[in-house]
Amino acid sequence: MSTFVREMRGAYAFVERNINLIKRYWGWEIVWLIYSLTNALAITYIGNGMGAISGQEIDTQYVVTYLLVGALIWQYLSVIFYSISEMIAWERWEGTIEYTFMAPVSRPTHLVGTTLFAIGYGIVRTLAILAIVAAFFRLDLSGANLVGAVLMLLAGSVSFVGLGILAAVLPLLYPERGAQMTNAVAAILLLISGVYYPIETLPGWLQRIAAASPATYVIQGLRACLLEGEPTRSLLPMVFLLIGIGLLVIAIGLVIFRYVERYAKRSGRLKRSG
Amino acid sequence: MRTSALEVEGVRKLFVRKGRTGPRRGLRKPKRKKESVVALRDIDLTIERGEVFGVLGPNGSGKSTLIRLVSTLLLPDRGAIRVFGHDIERDPIAVKRMINRVSVDAAFFKKFSPIENLMYAARLYGLDPKEARAKMREIMKRLGLKEETFNSPMEHMSRGMQQKVAVARGFLTSPILLLLDEPTTGLDPHSKRDVQAFAREIRQTHDATVLLTTHDMDEADRLCDRIAIIDEGRIIALDTPERLKTLVPSQNGDRPTLEDVFIGLTGRGFEEAEAEEVAA
Repeated sequence: MSTFVREMRGAYAFVERNINLIKRYWGWEIVWLIYSLTNALAITYIGNGMGAISGQEIDTQYVVTYLLVGALIWQYLSVIFYSISEMIAWERWEGTIEYTFMAPVSRPTHLVGTTLFAIGYGIVRTLAILAIVAAFFRLDLSGANLVGAVLMLLAGSVSFVGLGILAAVLPLLYPERGAQMTNAVAAILLLISGVYYPIETLPGWLQRIAAASPATYVIQGLRACLLEGEPTRSLLPMVFLLIGIGLLVIAIGLVIFRYVERYAKRSGRLKRSG
Repeated sequence: MRTSALEVEGVRKLFVRKGRTGPRRGLRKPKRKKESVVALRDIDLTIERGEVFGVLGPNGSGKSTLIRLVSTLLLPDRGAIRVFGHDIERDPIAVKRMINRVSVDAAFFKKFSPIENLMYAARLYGLDPKEARAKMREIMKRLGLKEETFNSPMEHMSRGMQQKVAVARGFLTSPILLLLDEPTTGLDPHSKRDVQAFAREIRQTHDATVLLTTHDMDEADRLCDRIAIIDEGRIIALDTPERLKTLVPSQNGDRPTLEDVFIGLTGRGFEEAEAEEVAA
């Protein structure tokens, strides 16, 4: 059997396992879907009520679309981030971490499988939320560049895979608190990346940090595609920048993960459950 | 030259853990001091291909640490471990392809069925899914698991049944070095016998080498070709069960048991040694 076939079977193990986890924990899935949906609706209704809040005439349609795009992109990116960053936390919760780490699967293969699942799952969940939200608001995407938007989203996914790998080391290092720490990382990205407001509204020092967040560029690019109909050609520099940042973050993430895995094996941290 | 199944050379492993808190100074919260606990002290052993090798010792003596080291889940602080000539640090993937482990805590996705858990294992080890599905059914039936349980969540199964699925998972990948880490602890006598019988069978039919850790003296006596008695991270005796029993004099005309050997070599019983480990 070729190494490629063996590694692909190994990668598919994680895809199938995660699908089975969704099937077996379907109750949780419904709860999280309702939570994400109501969150997206609540944020978008802020846009709907902006005129009433400020007492001024506002282009409500634009604000609603602006917020909804932010909510949906964050929904997608955070699914990717959490699916990857929780790959260790899940193993700790289930008590299977030693079995998985003992299997003859390289860590990159483990990550490829987890990433494939994360992207597929993120797309399905985000489309489900979009389908329901579309029933509440009139969305005008007639002038949107949808091809550019998909390109931007895929380029942004690469960076979030890297960020997920970096965050995944936390449950490896801190069996008890690691999973909660990944929430803090996600919350900081949400604050600084201009998901629901332009980053110019942030204090200067936060704007400088925002410039380092790949999510800032994904969201700016997607808004440009969906709200302004920005042509794909003019997006390409940002797409390449995002892919470049993403590949760099993945490479750094893999090196750090490898180092931390060795440390966990030296210190006996694989055994302890959170 | 024939390669040994397992070579352990001068292996030492210590863990650092948070110990007792230091003295309180003023309003400052006292810091917890770190303590080093030596789990294995300069262990040397060689296991030949096809052997069933037992490591016998009380809880906390270092048995599971040894198994985790061979499983590549821990790295030694000193020394080297080779599985069929492959170093666990330099060539872990090659080592992982040759081994599998059944541990005392049957680690599964508890909401998954046995088939789902075993299929996950089969894919991780690169097995053909169709062949793996047929093989896992055959092994589970052989271990006495009923077919109607194959697709029900494992959380509904008894501890003994879960352990049998763990044994099936261990055998599914046809390891040439099988690590059995107290596989029968906590099982009822019937399940215990089934697991022990299967361990014997796998050795005969698959030419597998077995490293078995246990604190069950009878189990070690019945299954193992050679036994290392381990206490406080040190191997204090290593030989065939019969030769080990010659190390201590018989009492009241009865042949010494392995427990007598342990008491004779350490000056304390198994339960006493375990109580000391817990207190430490």
